[in-house]
Amino acid sequence: MSFNNLDTLYRQVIMDHYKNPRNKGAIEDGSVTIDMNNPTCGDRIHLSLDVENGIVKQAKFDGEGCSISMASASMMTQAVKGQEVDTALKMSGIFSDMMLGKEYDDSIDLGDIEALQGVAKFPARIKCATLAWKAMEKGIDQNDS
Amino acid sequence: MNVNEIRRQFPILDQEVNGHPLVYLDSAATSQKPLSVIQTLDEYYRGYNSNVHRGVHTLGTRATDRYEGAREKVKNFINAPSTQEVIFMRGTTTAINTVAQGYGREKVSKGDEIVITHMEHHSNIIPWQQLAKATGATLKYVPLQEDGTLSLEDVRETVTKNTKIVSIMMVSNVLGTMNPIKEITQIAHENGAIMVVDGAQAAPHMKVDVQDLNCDFFAFSGHKMGGPTGIGVLYGKKDILNKMEPIEFGGEMIDFVGLQESTWKELPWKFEGGTPIIAGAIGLGAAIDFLEEVGLEEIEKHEHHLAAYAMDKMSQIEDMTIYGPADPQERAGLVTFNLADVHPHDLATVLDAEGIAIRAGHHCAQPLMKWLNVSSTARASFYLYNTEEDIDKLVAGLVKTKEYFSDVF
Repeated sequence: MSFNNLDTLYRQVIMDHYKNPRNKGAIEDGSVTIDMNNPTCGDRIHLSLDVENGIVKQAKFDGEGCSISMASASMMTQAVKGQEVDTALKMSGIFSDMMLGKEYDDSIDLGDIEALQGVAKFPARIKCATLAWKAMEKGIDQNDS
Repeated sequence: MNVNEIRRQFPILDQEVNGHPLVYLDSAATSQKPLSVIQTLDEYYRGYNSNVHRGVHTLGTRATDRYEGAREKVKNFINAPSTQEVIFMRGTTTAINTVAQGYGREKVSKGDEIVITHMEHHSNIIPWQQLAKATGATLKYVPLQEDGTLSLEDVRETVTKNTKIVSIMMVSNVLGTMNPIKEITQIAHENGAIMVVDGAQAAPHMKVDVQDLNCDFFAFSGHKMGGPTGIGVLYGKKDILNKMEPIEFGGEMIDFVGLQESTWKELPWKFEGGTPIIAGAIGLGAAIDFLEEVGLEEIEKHEHHLAAYAMDKMSQIEDMTIYGPADPQERAGLVTFNLADVHPHDLATVLDAEGIAIRAGHHCAQPLMKWLNVSSTARASFYLYNTEEDIDKLVAGLVKTKEYFSDVF
């Protein structure tokens, strides 16, 4: 089976996160929860964050959607967990640049997330990938206010 | 019906997408446009673009003649008794909202009921939700049968003497179900309610006769039937329209304007405030000419054939779930499905890489998705220019998709 251009989208590591999502579930006593959906396609995410003293102590998600949206959510929770809030937001900015196919700051190690680079070549799927990150940004914003 | 000849009339189909010949299976979202429609728009803008109903000059007269000529074509197309009952609007959504606000706000009050079904498109749900909220009326849903059809018994049970409006789609954009509108209209009338029909998926594909249906309102969009976007039609019975207030006020729709009071033009213009959708209406007229030349009966037959062919081939793929009536003769030319545990988005992306355009998502029918107990589905929809070969390519693409995802997992 060969769909060469598709292989840049559906990387093995993405499918692994889709099939075996990390940090799936909800935090019982999380400091903030966010529900976000993509109204054009029905993808939805329920994200809970435990933010203490400017650090994302715990991040969990639940939801339903395509492989890209769910893998991205799994990777995002993995990436931001244990990070300072500022770093998490910076990562979101870097991810956004990556999705837009822009040059991005590579001083922060994004780990598995780099596997999502291929999404930039599929404009119809960028919103799938950014859903979880938008939820995280909203959660941190809510936590501050 | 010569499909190859028809295909030559749709220049957009003759192109490659992602290195493959385009297979367009998303006509329920919007149809492609025949050359005659494109040329008609071109002629209008090059030759006689002008505002209507106001000019003394020649171009204005030409534009008015063609605009009103298009209304005559629509009248004949749906067998309306009079052009006074044919109102040009932006599309089905605007048409239904106009009824909900123009008729509903006046006639519906607390304790009344509005009846729709579980299969409706958002454009035939939300206007009624808003009306119910504003008036204190109750919005009731006719349940669906296991196979995604309506039973008249359920309709009879849901519609009561308190029901003021029944609004139901003629053909489901997801299930392909063709609803018994004539019988439902009778039930609505027996209870003193008016019948509104969302005809968006019906008018492009089959002969519609609003007098035979006896419905009070019938709404449809031009862009799903070969016409341009931004033009649609609201048909309404004259005696109801005459008593109904416009919801848009301004130019074009007025008779006399005073400092404190104004009066409206007669039908249909009192509902066409502002400069009308001139090019759109003329383009829709050209689309109607095109469809009638091919023949609506022929188109319907062709689409039934394609639906039957697609259901047969697709159901041979393992782990394929097809939604809606099982008998292809009982459904319109579209197939909504899910394949194994491949998410519809992923499916649509893989097919797109093969040049095949399908729809994936909730199809603007979230309550129906809930009823089907899925978050989204994939849909292939057919029109007069589709062929068995298109479906063969779809089926081959689906088989490949399945293999692809079993490989990468």
